Amino acid sequence: MKGEMARDVERLVLALDVNGERTELLLPVHKTLLEVLREDMRLTGTKHGCELGECGTCTVLVDGAPQLSCLVLPVQIEGRRVTTIEGMANGSVLHPLQQAFVELGAAQCGYCTPGILLAARSLLDGRPRPTREEIGEALAGNLCRCTGYAKILDAVELAAERMA
Amino acid sequence: MTEPNGFAVVGKPLPRVDSVAKVTGRSVYADDMLPARTLHCKILRSPHPHARILAVDTSAARRMPGVLAVITGADLPIKFGILPVTQDERALEHEKVRYVGDPIAAVAATEEEIAAAACDAIAVEYEVLEPVMSIESALAEPKDERIQDYGGPNNIHKLVALEFGDVDGGFARAEHVREDVFFFQGNTHLPMEQHSALATYVDGKLTLWSSTQVVHYVHRALAKVLEMPMSRIRVIGAAHGGGFGGKTDPFAHEIIVSKLAIGTGRPVKCTLTREEVFYAHRGRHPVLMWVRTGVSGEGKILAMHFRTALDGGAYGSYGVASTFYTGALQTVTYDIPAYRFEGCRVFTNKPPCGPKRGHGTPQPRFALELHLDKIAHELGLQGVELKQRNFIRPMTRTVNWLRVTSCGLEECTERVMTASGYMKRERRAGHGMGFAISSYLSGAGTAIYWNDMPHSEVQIKVDRGGVTAYCGAMDIGQGSDSVLATIVAEELGLQPADIRLVTADTDTTPIDLGSYSSRVTFMAGNAALEAARKMRALLVEAVAAKTSKDPETIRVGDGRMGEVSFEEASVLAEARFGTLTTAGSYTPPKLAGPYKGSGVGPSPAYSYSACVVDLDADARSGLVKVNKVWIAHDVGRAINPLLVEGQVEGSVYMGLGEALMEEQAFRKGLHKWPSMLEYKSPTFVDMPEVQTFLVETVDPEGPYGAKEAGQGPLLPVPPAVCAAVHDALGIWIDEVPATPEKVVEALRRKAKGEPPRYGPSRFPTIPFPDPIKAEPPAHGQL
Repeated sequence: MKGEMARDVERLVLALDVNGERTELLLPVHKTLLEVLREDMRLTGTKHGCELGECGTCTVLVDGAPQLSCLVLPVQIEGRRVTTIEGMANGSVLHPLQQAFVELGAAQCGYCTPGILLAARSLLDGRPRPTREEIGEALAGNLCRCTGYAKILDAVELAAERMA
Repeated sequence: MTEPNGFAVVGKPLPRVDSVAKVTGRSVYADDMLPARTLHCKILRSPHPHARILAVDTSAARRMPGVLAVITGADLPIKFGILPVTQDERALEHEKVRYVGDPIAAVAATEEEIAAAACDAIAVEYEVLEPVMSIESALAEPKDERIQDYGGPNNIHKLVALEFGDVDGGFARAEHVREDVFFFQGNTHLPMEQHSALATYVDGKLTLWSSTQVVHYVHRALAKVLEMPMSRIRVIGAAHGGGFGGKTDPFAHEIIVSKLAIGTGRPVKCTLTREEVFYAHRGRHPVLMWVRTGVSGEGKILAMHFRTALDGGAYGSYGVASTFYTGALQTVTYDIPAYRFEGCRVFTNKPPCGPKRGHGTPQPRFALELHLDKIAHELGLQGVELKQRNFIRPMTRTVNWLRVTSCGLEECTERVMTASGYMKRERRAGHGMGFAISSYLSGAGTAIYWNDMPHSEVQIKVDRGGVTAYCGAMDIGQGSDSVLATIVAEELGLQPADIRLVTADTDTTPIDLGSYSSRVTFMAGNAALEAARKMRALLVEAVAAKTSKDPETIRVGDGRMGEVSFEEASVLAEARFGTLTTAGSYTPPKLAGPYKGSGVGPSPAYSYSACVVDLDADARSGLVKVNKVWIAHDVGRAINPLLVEGQVEGSVYMGLGEALMEEQAFRKGLHKWPSMLEYKSPTFVDMPEVQTFLVETVDPEGPYGAKEAGQGPLLPVPPAVCAAVHDALGIWIDEVPATPEKVVEALRRKAKGEPPRYGPSRFPTIPFPDPIKAEPPAHGQL
């Protein structure tokens, strides 16, 4: 095939733990976690809005903490637990945050939703009953252009109440 | 179960039909698709705002390993554009570039990085021309040459002049006349999803998946530029990551990946970078406005003269329509007996402007509301009092022939006034409240291109109890799929989740003109209603025949039809009639007035909104902190109140962004901040509490009485913010965004005894033609 492997880039074999599944991949060292998740692992639930760390859309959890996957190299997180939106529900049973987003209409176009759900999950895991202000602070790095944020705040509050 | 409103599912706050896919990351957006052997496309764009292309050398790029195709403007010479009158764009330009970001060449390669490197290896020789970067310079004689070779004089694109009624007489009779000048800065949609498109070419058929609001217009543009019959092209709307008007034009990258897929025989994908999204733009026009109004001693409007100058950017886009819109809807909120409108759009060397939420009407709404506030102050009235004295009444024809049917202005105003306590607001330093109203279309009454066909069509198939609705409508996040499912479910006695939907696919769905001009609920909704009622009649007839009952007595609901289940009813009907399919369509009534230019403005129904903003403005820093927004929206009928609230809240959010921070600004020919970090938009911590009231006036022609919700509620927000700043600090910010710098500057002028305002001082001299004079409709005509 014409030139497919022609470029001389350094590649590494890495074992990634994503959503509890271990996968070994041969990856160019400069490829971001975002690209690896979407292109090599086909976990396309993780979205991209800027690929510069400005919008929060590509948020995933690394050892439970929100990280912008567009600014993370897989080599940095080998051996650590990565959670993407595909790993949030328990089988077909939605996580309480997902359920609340469904019921309260917190997703419109849905493009920012995976990143916001994961950031909110990290918040609730560490702080089960946050105030509305604390929710806003925790999610302030995630932009949404559809909702005006109100229904997202409502949904996180509802989920926190149900999880308590 | 039938609820007190008489409906089983209409009016219930049910989840969206696609909500689980959205919260689990399983909605497939265009960039999520990656068929085997997909090639990646990158586009070389102009670094100059205005230049002639002398030569393009792609030889080095073509030699790079991994590069399968390189195309230039010579490969796609046919021009296209959304409006038939402005076919002025090329997918790739080979003669001249008109803004930084204008596409010149494209590469398809095995990897995105190879495609980008190949773009870097393309050598373009330019003759740089003087850029035109402002309305003033566009009106003047060009230093080098005009941006486009049509329009004129100079870089004027379009001039419009219309007059209705006795304007001069109205001003002569007025006891009070006032003039003001305003500026609304341009801003962009900033959808979270970058535009993306993927094309395949198999068996002589082209298929394009795209992040578009209108599959039909992309379909038309592809057929034209690629010189292929529409029957050989299929356009499918992928899951949509936000549009707000920004994905309503056909775009270069959609045509480019199609051409490359045909050439290479492989799937080709192009996803714009965030920076490229700022160049694709088609966002809010910067508009300079002058308005003069004459009123009686009691504050009744006797005549109005409105002038607008739109900075259109480099191409036509929707600009001719945008220009008319800056003058069209002033009359649907206020009874203006005599009205003159003069509008001008100019070309500049910036990304083209087009439709953004409210398309051409937020700018004049901003000017009009503040202008009336100023008149009220001079008459010793509150703005709200003067406005109420001039509110349009339901069931009237405006002076420019727009037909107003249902109108909830009074009730919307009463709701926000009462809830906010506006009339009894506390007086403390730096605190203020502002009030404004607005109106918007429930779909444009005329199509983008002239035709007599329906604007929306729905087909329904019932088979062994399964119901599928087919419609070309594109769900861009507003929930149009859920509206379709709700209407079909209501008529067939089912739940929305029971309805399968096939939408936005030019091969399998009948036409819908797409998600723009707030048309989908009204038009696709009416089409769905007709199709569903026909299907219901077939099912009821079969059940009645089988059970020997009068069809009138067969009760439909809760998954049953009379004594049988819905599934049994579908079997009975299929046995009786054969394949069960029905169709419905919607064509808006012919509403345009008897004058040239009357096609922009008519709509089968207008939504109405009223808004109060409460804020604190800091006199030292100029910072404005919005505390709360009350908004009432006349949606006619909320088919799903949860979704309508979401539209209203999202509109308020976007209006606040435009009022306080968002601007698409340029310096030395370059976009000042083509990134999400520097282009400021409100975050979670910037958003105040929003209290929403849905007012249901039950429109006589909307489906179940429904009207639009997605655009109108944005419009009153910017003027209400600036009215509140005036209430707080005694200064007028006659230009949005109302940034801290402008607030501080206005306060400085106030302290020096100068006019306490920040805004443009004058409206330029524009060679408007003599206005087309149209007789107003007869009194009492609807």
